[in-house]
Amino acid sequence: MSSLASTASTASPAPTAAPALADVTASDAALRRFLHGLPGVDAVGLESRAAALGTRSIKTTTKAYALDLAISMIDLTTLEGADTPGKVRALCAKGRHPDPTDRETPSVAAICVYSDLVAVAREALAGSGIAVASVATAFPAGRAARSVKLADTAEAVAAGADEVDMVIDRGAFLAGRYLSVYEEILAVREACGEQAHLKVILENGELATYDNIRRASWLAMLAGADFIKTSTGKVGVNATPANTLLMLQAVRDFRAATGRQIGVKPAGGIRTAKDALKFLVLVNETAGPDWLSPRWFRFGASSLLNDLLMQRQKLGTGRYSGPDYVTVD
Amino acid sequence: MTFDYAPAPESRAIVDIPPSHGLFIDGRFRAAADETVFKTVSPASEEVLSEVANAGADDVDAAVRSAREAFAGWSALPGAERAKYLFRIARLIQERSRELAVLETLDNGKPIRESRDVDLPLVAAHFFYYAGWADKLEHAGFGPAPRPVGVTAGVIPWNFPLLMLAWKVAPALATGNTMVLKPAETTPLTALLFARICQQAELPPGVLNILTGDGATGAALVAHPGVDKVAFTGSTEVGKAIARTVAGSDKRVTLELGGKAAHLVFEDAALDQAVEGIVQGIFFNQGHVCCAGSRLLVQESVADEVLAALKARMSTLRVGDPLDKNTDIGAINSAEQLARITALAEAGEAEGAERWAPSCELPSTGYWFAPTLFTGVTQAHRIAREEIFGPVLSVLTFRTPQEAVEKANNTPYGLSAGIWTEKGSRSLWLASRLRAGIVWSNTFNKFDPTSPFGGYQESGYGREGGRHGLEAYLDV
Repeated sequence: MSSLASTASTASPAPTAAPALADVTASDAALRRFLHGLPGVDAVGLESRAAALGTRSIKTTTKAYALDLAISMIDLTTLEGADTPGKVRALCAKGRHPDPTDRETPSVAAICVYSDLVAVAREALAGSGIAVASVATAFPAGRAARSVKLADTAEAVAAGADEVDMVIDRGAFLAGRYLSVYEEILAVREACGEQAHLKVILENGELATYDNIRRASWLAMLAGADFIKTSTGKVGVNATPANTLLMLQAVRDFRAATGRQIGVKPAGGIRTAKDALKFLVLVNETAGPDWLSPRWFRFGASSLLNDLLMQRQKLGTGRYSGPDYVTVD
Repeated sequence: MTFDYAPAPESRAIVDIPPSHGLFIDGRFRAAADETVFKTVSPASEEVLSEVANAGADDVDAAVRSAREAFAGWSALPGAERAKYLFRIARLIQERSRELAVLETLDNGKPIRESRDVDLPLVAAHFFYYAGWADKLEHAGFGPAPRPVGVTAGVIPWNFPLLMLAWKVAPALATGNTMVLKPAETTPLTALLFARICQQAELPPGVLNILTGDGATGAALVAHPGVDKVAFTGSTEVGKAIARTVAGSDKRVTLELGGKAAHLVFEDAALDQAVEGIVQGIFFNQGHVCCAGSRLLVQESVADEVLAALKARMSTLRVGDPLDKNTDIGAINSAEQLARITALAEAGEAEGAERWAPSCELPSTGYWFAPTLFTGVTQAHRIAREEIFGPVLSVLTFRTPQEAVEKANNTPYGLSAGIWTEKGSRSLWLASRLRAGIVWSNTFNKFDPTSPFGGYQESGYGREGGRHGLEAYLDV
């Protein structure tokens, strides 16, 4: 078991609502009142704040630190119908030593695959300290019976997943059946047991409004999520600076209310080092430095890693190398 | 290691600052008639940036005569021809925007992030906007063939040197007037670089004259009998003096003066964005903003929550080198202004309000003031009534919407106000009751050339910007 997963299991002992807010999940009506009582979000203001933080200029030593930090926060992901054991093994090798020319390069946080490839990844990552993350619960649509979703989760955990990335039932959420969404997360949390760390994918692109994203964030945190994650990467709108900023505000406020710290994972659409550094600025100036570690912040990405590596090489050597100097896996 | 941002200074090599500057009269630079000069310093370092000519009465006379001579030709040009000059100037501003932004930051002390992302884009937008009006004046609603006024005088402040220049020069020239402009004593450099841009654009000599100097220069310009219209932005005290000077003459005047804007936060507001709005409202440009949201009125039921979030947010503000791209709050513009802010903040403490500022290290040279807030402020405190014009926020509370309106309106000023509520009906109810020239809803300190700007009561009269802004420069 990886070190990350073991910290996770101590961090979230019981899959229940945080004590300070226990009564808000007592009934569908109570939960609705609570979620609708959260402060609204002004879209223009949120987006302009995210854009303003995007103008921070990260240079020299700070840049070196931030590039390495970003690499260490990556959940290196392959989620294709065409995934094979060979592809997953290649990705695991890349995750261990992202830059074959520089062994000082940090390894990634996790390798993220579909549940049927967890065993392959588990074996390929043995002894590396890199976690195996598995998507589950009928990813990405989540349109299946709860029994199927729980079986999917149980299989992933049984195959050795350290982390489970579940999707919420957006249909139930948009229909206003919040308690149903909550109970499903609780059930998946239970299926993860002590072994696996739970990331809850809100699929911001389908929730569509910032008010919904804030409510879904709180719903997932109340249900015992270890991480809240922006998106599956499979719809039109994925992680954006603004929706990630909003979720960082949610985890900040949740810790202030309950004492429990929850992680955030933007996923999908973050392809350049420049973008990744902007997200780290959002973390630093919103949730705060306590979240600046792979334990509390992850990037769900595939092509991002190579751009981070090229920027890292540029900083080290003073010149740009190009795509032939990083590996294609 | 922590995520401290390494210094990221914008290079000042892009701008070449001549060691001395003349007055811009009749299309040429020349020394003052009595050859006196004064120095302009960088408020962030107290370094002398350049020497500037100090215009006296003879220079004012020469500039006004030049503007008068140019008026006949300029006003007779078809609007489309005047527009060509203004479009050319607007494009040159865009092309040279980095140079202008760095110079503005050096001379004024404002962060480069603001001069680059706010001031310069707005300056160019203002010229583009009024260039577009120049050949459409008969459709502006001021009669079939509105005439220009004649020779206009612009006297502008130091808080947005180039933007205030644009607010005066663009509508004046578009409508066919000529102008004599007096930039503020502490921030003359971007106006003088703008004069070079006018030369580059081949603006006919005398259409715009720029006189640097102190308050005496401004007073002489305003009093000059050859001036047909005065446009002033600055303090209420000087505005009153100008109104007295022109009383009894047929000079037209527009005054854009001080403010003590109420910023209302209701319990149903989008609180995270409201906190951003509060910060933007009072700490933008070090609070050197006439429409700054300097009086925060927060509903008592959420006051603790808002204050806690505001203090946390203020602790992340980065105060320091204005040329650093990561600086949020730059230098106070002058020693004189710093003394005024300091005195008012001390008065706040002496009157019993509670002072709070995040711990932040201020540079050892230059003029600096940490972002500060006062709680426990009442309408009776000086810091709730007088314009501080610095990064100092007074926090008051209210219980009901009616009380919010009464407190917001209880001021001799009336320039701007802000409302934070997610309830549309409440925004509209408030907007029709607040006595302020600008009411922002769920935002603050947002500017656009299409939107008129101006005040009530001691905040002045006349409107600048938009179609309304043409009126002051037309004989209607």
